[in-house]
Amino acid sequence: MRSQGVIGWLLVLPAAALLALFTHYPVVATIVDSFYATSRAGRPGPFVGLENYQVMVADEVFWKSLWNNVWYSLGTIPLSITLALVMALWVNSAMRGRTWLRVAFFTPTILPMIAVANIWLFFYTPQYGLLEKLTTSLGFATHNWLGTESTALACVMVVAIWKDAGFFMIFYLAALQSIPPSLAEAAALEGAPRGYYLRRIVLPLLMPTTLFVLVNAVINSFRLVDHIVVMTRGGPNNATSLLLFHIYQVGFSFWDTGYAAALTLVLLAILAAAAIGQFVFLDRKVHYQ
Amino acid sequence: MTSVRNTWRTIAAGFACLAAAALAQTEISFYYPVAVGGPITKIVDQMAADFEKENPGIKVKPVYAGTYQETVVKAITAHKAGTPPATAIILSTDMYTLIDEDAVVPFDDFAKTADDKKWLASFFPAFMANSRTGGKTWGIPFQRSTIVLYWNKEIFKEAGLDPEKGPANWKEMLEYAQKLTVRDASGNVTRWGVQIPSSGFPYWLFQGLTTPNGVELMNAAGNETYFDKPAVVEALQYWVDLGRKHKVMSPGVIEWGTTPKDFFEKKIAMMWTTTGNLTNVKKNAKFDFGVAMLPAAKRRGSPTGGGNFYIFKKAPKAEQEAAVKFAKFMTTPERAAQWGMDTGYVAVRPDAWETAKMKAYVKDFPVAAIARDQLKFSVAELSTHENQRVTKALNDGLQAALTGAKSPAEAMKDAQAEAARILRAYRR
Repeated sequence: MRSQGVIGWLLVLPAAALLALFTHYPVVATIVDSFYATSRAGRPGPFVGLENYQVMVADEVFWKSLWNNVWYSLGTIPLSITLALVMALWVNSAMRGRTWLRVAFFTPTILPMIAVANIWLFFYTPQYGLLEKLTTSLGFATHNWLGTESTALACVMVVAIWKDAGFFMIFYLAALQSIPPSLAEAAALEGAPRGYYLRRIVLPLLMPTTLFVLVNAVINSFRLVDHIVVMTRGGPNNATSLLLFHIYQVGFSFWDTGYAAALTLVLLAILAAAAIGQFVFLDRKVHYQ
Repeated sequence: MTSVRNTWRTIAAGFACLAAAALAQTEISFYYPVAVGGPITKIVDQMAADFEKENPGIKVKPVYAGTYQETVVKAITAHKAGTPPATAIILSTDMYTLIDEDAVVPFDDFAKTADDKKWLASFFPAFMANSRTGGKTWGIPFQRSTIVLYWNKEIFKEAGLDPEKGPANWKEMLEYAQKLTVRDASGNVTRWGVQIPSSGFPYWLFQGLTTPNGVELMNAAGNETYFDKPAVVEALQYWVDLGRKHKVMSPGVIEWGTTPKDFFEKKIAMMWTTTGNLTNVKKNAKFDFGVAMLPAAKRRGSPTGGGNFYIFKKAPKAEQEAAVKFAKFMTTPERAAQWGMDTGYVAVRPDAWETAKMKAYVKDFPVAAIARDQLKFSVAELSTHENQRVTKALNDGLQAALTGAKSPAEAMKDAQAEAARILRAYRR
């Protein structure tokens, strides 16, 4: 019995060691670092207690980035999930050319974000960009989409929705195909309208997938900032600065690693809260088969 | 038994040989950022191979490290891990950052012979403004540039302007731009007169306005900025007015990356961009274009830009010496000239422009010399301690003014306050 326990521990050791090295140790190190000033020129930084957090409270760019991120999440998550569901329902139905449609919907996911951002940069270009050609042909005045504070964030949100929706669609599609066709047949025999079947049978059966997708979408909205780097670099005047982008700037442009550690903790806390909240509260409402 | 011992002896001798060979062979890694288009890595590979041929004891390993920003991040991270490259090309403006990190050593430590000292003094003084501080030379100019004005000669002709003459001063640039801006029947602009990009690093373009207006943005020690001086605010007002008051430039923040494309598409008649784009424009513009120095206000002027060679402190002595040799090799007059012709960067030393090849090139393509001639009027690119943070304060202010969120005076006052707060620690 005892030796079995040892073997068990030995079996999890490689995974546990990797987890500790690449997940737990960095988290602990980040917490510790956030209480120290940034080391300069090889001299270790002194212990400063909560100073980094005081700096954060006074940092306008931090608050701006945080609010931007809240709007960004609220704007991208519901839309991309809804879109993914609609697309999945569509390409799940029997129709001609659905393979092509599936490929078309999934393509944005395969493309690297940097490439995508470069393409969209030209879509948004004033005057001869794709969007401008469309709006000016309809008689609207030209607009500098990425160069105006009021529209820049919405523009980068559209890119994220376009890219994420296809990815989430794949999960919905897989879930839809695992629903036994007998249910649809039974519903049809009972004379249930399609809307009723969708609302009372398909959507509840998709809830576990929705939860999974939701968790991923929340994480993505805080984690994916590649297109910001390419398209706006947080500008104009921080209108598109998201939390992770701000952390990157503080950490790797300003080399203020102490403060960056404190900011990282905020991001970690938000993500942990979101994940726990979703698993604890939503799990109860999720219907498992 | 004897045979076994002999075998061991042979193996040991073999190892000794290998060790000796390794000692004779110094390998230096060289971080290189790819900042402009074209087959630039091929050119650098070739130059490294030529160097190895001339110096059999040294191997150069170019590492293409991404953008300037990514390169400095990689170099500093490697420095913190204790294994930096022997040398790297990094922005001249990162000099204070690298010094503050104690990551680099000055070239003066290696310049022992008279020949070496002559080499350190052989570059355009305008480029050395960002390469020297505290009486030491920390960077060797390699791929350097300035801002120039490009104009479309065809559109000039259409608008009834002299196609051979760019605007000489701010007043002319505004007048030209007003004539060059085209609106359709419903009042929508189909072509802007002028374009000064403002995404990413607007502070650099802004220096093309403040320098002619007779004001510098920082002191030579890099611990004080002058963002709220009246002449600075005046320069920003001129920039903002182009878009908001006179409506001859697209309002809001204009993307740097798409500016050359706007020019090729004839959506703009004049653009401000780096001389590093010269070869790009030469290849892609399907019309006659002109290149001029930036228009003058109280004087002429433009900031310099681009990357320098740096030597890293934690690299072994032998590698550092090899790296200095390599930097010297890369900046001989002939190579500096060739590099300038291949890329559009400004050849970094006056005698490079006296080489036969360069003379022939300039005769054939006279605009190549515009950037060189502008160097007389050039100043150092904005660079301070905590450089990225200070420039961000200025960038945010500029973008706030350009998008109309703040007035120029207010934006510059806020930027100055932020910069003063950041630089507080360096002024004691």
